[in-house]
Amino acid sequence: MDSAAFNDPSAARALIDKIAGLAARLPEVRLMEVCGTHTMEIGRLGIRQLLPGNVRLISGPGCPVCVTPAAYIDAAVELALSREVRMATFGDLFRVPGNRRSFAQAKAAGADIEVVTSPRAALDGARKSPRQVVFTAVGFETTTPATAAVVKAAAKEGLRNLSFFVAHRLVPPAIDALMADPSIRIGGFLLPGHVSAIIGADAYGTLVGRGVPGVVTGFEALDILAGICSLLDLLVAKEVAVKNNYPRVVSARGNPAALRLMEEVYEPEDAVWRGIGMIPRSGLRLRKEFAAYDASVRFGLKPDGVEVPRGCSCGSVLKGVIPPEECLLFGEACTPENPVGPCMVSSEGSCAAAFRYGGRP
Amino acid sequence: MCLAIPAKVVSITGDTAEVEVDGMVTTADLSVLQNVAVGDYVMVHAGLAIQKYDEAEALANLELIRELFRIVADHG
Repeated sequence: MDSAAFNDPSAARALIDKIAGLAARLPEVRLMEVCGTHTMEIGRLGIRQLLPGNVRLISGPGCPVCVTPAAYIDAAVELALSREVRMATFGDLFRVPGNRRSFAQAKAAGADIEVVTSPRAALDGARKSPRQVVFTAVGFETTTPATAAVVKAAAKEGLRNLSFFVAHRLVPPAIDALMADPSIRIGGFLLPGHVSAIIGADAYGTLVGRGVPGVVTGFEALDILAGICSLLDLLVAKEVAVKNNYPRVVSARGNPAALRLMEEVYEPEDAVWRGIGMIPRSGLRLRKEFAAYDASVRFGLKPDGVEVPRGCSCGSVLKGVIPPEECLLFGEACTPENPVGPCMVSSEGSCAAAFRYGGRP
Repeated sequence: MCLAIPAKVVSITGDTAEVEVDGMVTTADLSVLQNVAVGDYVMVHAGLAIQKYDEAEALANLELIRELFRIVADHG
């Protein structure tokens, strides 16, 4: 089925009307989308501007490269600049600055950095070249099984010149941490469709425990409008539940084989989110059996220290405390051409989306 | 970054498939899916097929959206 059916304008109109009807029965509500791909689509479709005045859509920490610590990027960039290795990285991370340089700037300075679309490409590269290849394993649960599969494949064939610099992050602990913060008043969550394809719609139990509804949502226009509509419906009915509105891709229990693979290769650890700080058991590290493939062990990388550029409010933006436009740097000192913070540099960052598509009506 | 797109399986060798998206053919790892056949659609992210995507499920999903909000389907 092509995506046109999920973008049908007449159905979208009906959903917008239904949203207006439900919103009229509610006080001001703040809904958070926790996925950078949602943030981009909401911006591109102009959905924020279509919503009734009392329904606010807040962008959460759902852009994995935005929350990757600056210190991690600094350590990776420094290693790349040492000319010891070839660094293989996703395009998403390529332009994101650390405290000093981005991969893009390091490459311009002569570092050997290759942009790949899959960790498999890093594996293929290592097979063909005698060079040490380091893959930057970043991303949420959507991406983690793909890197886990390649860690396992490298270990199985005993490949000596590939290692992984791991900064994977987990979505449910971050949502839980947001809910525990009294400065963040979120009435409901649009839950990420493709993270949920792996972890399942049942993985958000703590949300219900905290009395907040969530709706697992796809990425087409009707998916997003239906997600908002369902959340308002739950709020009007005062029902606290997690609904799955994306059953064509997401099941209740996700993909068990992918979850087993993640579990086999990685284990949870406390981890820093750029702009937010440490969130307990929200990151992953390689298990002992795979320590030989850990780039931080092989090259003695120690990414520590959290720094935020002066004046940058990415931390508050990522938590939904302020919209991008309320940052003093937004659109002036900080633009997509000359980004200061991670939310502006990544195309999926809240600030980049707000700059490109406009934010609040 | 968590974008995943439906890709059509063109051929399968062991745990690896050639998949097609908009006329472009790439390789996808099928190791976390079961019973995938040539002609099926799979959601691919970072080279890994993370879920199957079938027509019947997509239609049912569309119905869910329409039914839920009592929208009369005018086509499809």
